[in-house]
Amino acid sequence: MAQTPIVRIRELTRVFRQGEINVTALDRISLDIAAGEFLTLMGPSGSGKSTLLHIIAGIDRPTSGDCIVQEHNIAEMNESALADWRNQNVGFVFQTFNLIPVLSAFENVELPLLLTRLSGKERRRLVTTALEMVGLADRMKHLPKQLSGGQQQRVAIARALVTDPKLIVADEPTGNLDSHSAADVLEILRTLSRDAGKTVIMVTHDPKAAAYGSRSIHLEKGELVTN
Amino acid sequence: MLHLFKYHYRSVVVRWRSTIATVLGLALVIAVFVLIQSLAVGIEKSSGNTGDPRNLLITRQGALAETTSVVTREQFNIIRYLPAVARDAAGTPLASGDVLIIVNLPRRDGTGSANVMLRGLAPAGIALRPQVSLVEGRWFEPGRREVVASRRLANRFADLHLGGKFKSGGVELTVVGLFDGQRSAFDSELWLDADEARSAFERPDYSSMLLRPATDDALAEIRKALEADRRLKMKVVREVDYYKEQTRTAGPIKWLGNGLAIVMSIGALFAAMNTLYASVGARTREIGTLRVLGYRRRSILLGFLLEGALIAGFGGALGCAIAYFGWNGYSTGTLGWETFTEVVFDFQITPALAAKGILFAIGVGLIGSFLPALRAARLPVIASLKSA
Repeated sequence: MAQTPIVRIRELTRVFRQGEINVTALDRISLDIAAGEFLTLMGPSGSGKSTLLHIIAGIDRPTSGDCIVQEHNIAEMNESALADWRNQNVGFVFQTFNLIPVLSAFENVELPLLLTRLSGKERRRLVTTALEMVGLADRMKHLPKQLSGGQQQRVAIARALVTDPKLIVADEPTGNLDSHSAADVLEILRTLSRDAGKTVIMVTHDPKAAAYGSRSIHLEKGELVTN
Repeated sequence: MLHLFKYHYRSVVVRWRSTIATVLGLALVIAVFVLIQSLAVGIEKSSGNTGDPRNLLITRQGALAETTSVVTREQFNIIRYLPAVARDAAGTPLASGDVLIIVNLPRRDGTGSANVMLRGLAPAGIALRPQVSLVEGRWFEPGRREVVASRRLANRFADLHLGGKFKSGGVELTVVGLFDGQRSAFDSELWLDADEARSAFERPDYSSMLLRPATDDALAEIRKALEADRRLKMKVVREVDYYKEQTRTAGPIKWLGNGLAIVMSIGALFAAMNTLYASVGARTREIGTLRVLGYRRRSILLGFLLEGALIAGFGGALGCAIAYFGWNGYSTGTLGWETFTEVVFDFQITPALAAKGILFAIGVGLIGSFLPALRAARLPVIASLKSA
C-alpha cells in the first residue's frame, strides 16, 4: 500500500432519521485510503458501504467525525462548494450507468467538462481520448439505448475519467452486467488504478469483483469488520 | 444554463406528446391574444395612415370630431380666401367645406344594419386627398344624387355596389363609382358633393373644412388670422394629426384582448406546470446524476425554467403563425367610438405584435415552470439517484 492517504476518515458517524427512529448507518469509522489504491467495500445490504462511498464522494455529509479527501473536509463544505469540488475531483460510476438518454455517448462524456472553462476544441479532444481509453471511439454518436449494458457502463467510466479526477468511486458498477462485460469494466478500473495512478473505491457484493482490488474492507451494521 | 440547452431541448422533443398538448394550448391563447391586439393595431394603422401632411383641418373649438363640429358658410368663406391658403392653377382656393352625415344601411350578409359615414365634399376635397383613387365607375356629378363608395365598404353593405341605390333622409342616392382609400379612414366613407349633401339633408352649414396652406409656415399664419377674428372660434390641426388622435376605438379592444389573454393564460399556465411536473418526475434520476457531476441547484432551476420557456416559445410562435396565416390582412369592421359609424379596417399582425405574443407566451411558460423547476432543484441527490 502506498504511503500518502488521499482519504482520511476519523470517527465518522452517519445517522439517518426515519420517522421517530434514528438509524445509524455508519458508526465511528476510521480509515485511510492511499493515493493510487483500488479499494473495494464489501458487506451485506444495509451495512453502510454505499453511505460511506457517498460521504467520500461528497454527495452526503457525516453526522459527526471527519472525512478529509485531498485535504478538503467534506463536513465543512457548503452545497455549492461541494458541487464544484465533485466536478473537479471525483469521477462517478453507478450500477445503473445513469447516462442521460437524450444525449449521445460523446455528449454524456462531455457533461462534466461543460462546467469548466475549456474551449470546445479542448473538450472534444478530452472526450475523444476518454472514449478511446474505454474502447468506444467508434460509438461516440450513439445514444445510450443504442449501446449494450457493458458499453453504457464504459461510457459512464469515460465520463468519470474525462475531468482527470484523482478519485473514482464506483457503486456496484458490475451489478447490471453479464460476466463478460463485468470483467471488461473491472479490468478498466484496475488499469486506471495500477497504470494511471487513480484512486478507485468500489462498492460490490461480488467477491470475484472484489478480487480485482488491491485491498478490500468489509462493513457490517455500520462498522468496519476487516481493514 | 446554456450548458444544458441541448439536454433540455432534446428532453422537450423526446416527450413530444405532452409537449404538443402544452404547445397547442398556449398557441390558442397567443392566437387569440395576437388577433384581438391586431384589431387594435388595424384601427390605429387605419387612422395613422390617413391624411396628407400638407393639409390643415379646421373644426369648431371644443369639437372632438368632425361629426360634432360646425363651420358656418360665412366662416368657410372668410377662411378659404385668406392669403395663406394655396390656390390651384385656375386661382380657386384649395379648400373644401365638408358635410358629415350618418346614414343607416343594411349589411350585405343580412345581419341587420349599421351606420355609415357619408361625406359631402367639394371638388377641391377630392384633390386634397390624393391617397384616395377611383377604382371603378366615375366620380359623382353635383345635382344628380350620386355617391362614390369605398370599395371595402361596398363589400360589407348590400346597396353599395356599382349602380346600387339606397334611400336616406327621403333622398334616393345612386352609387356611380368605387374608390380605394389605401387602408385609410376614408375606406369607411361614402362621398358625394358637399352642396348637394347640405340641400338633400337640410344642413345649412358645413361640419369641417380641409385646406392646403400656400407655404410650410402658413399654419402659424392661419392660426394667427383665426385668433385675430372673433367670428372664427376655430381649431386648426394638421389633417394627419387629427386622424392620429382618432384612435379611441382601439382602446377598449386592447383592454379586451389583454383581459381575455390573461384569463386564458391561467389555463395555459397550469398546462405548462403540469407538463413540467410530469417531466421532472420522470427525470428524477437524470437530475440526481447532473447534481453528482457538479451541476448546482441554480443550474438545474434555470435549466427547467429554460425548458418551460422553450415549450411556451414554440406555443407562442405557433399561435402567431395561426393568427398570421389565418387572418393577417383580413378586412373587418366595428363601431367607431368617435362617430358611431362603421369603421372598416384589417387585421394587422405586425412583427412587433408577433414579438409581443411570443414574449407573453414565454412569460406564461416561465411562471408555469417555476414551481416544477424549484422542485427539480431541491431534489435530494441521493434519493434522486435511487429513484426508478
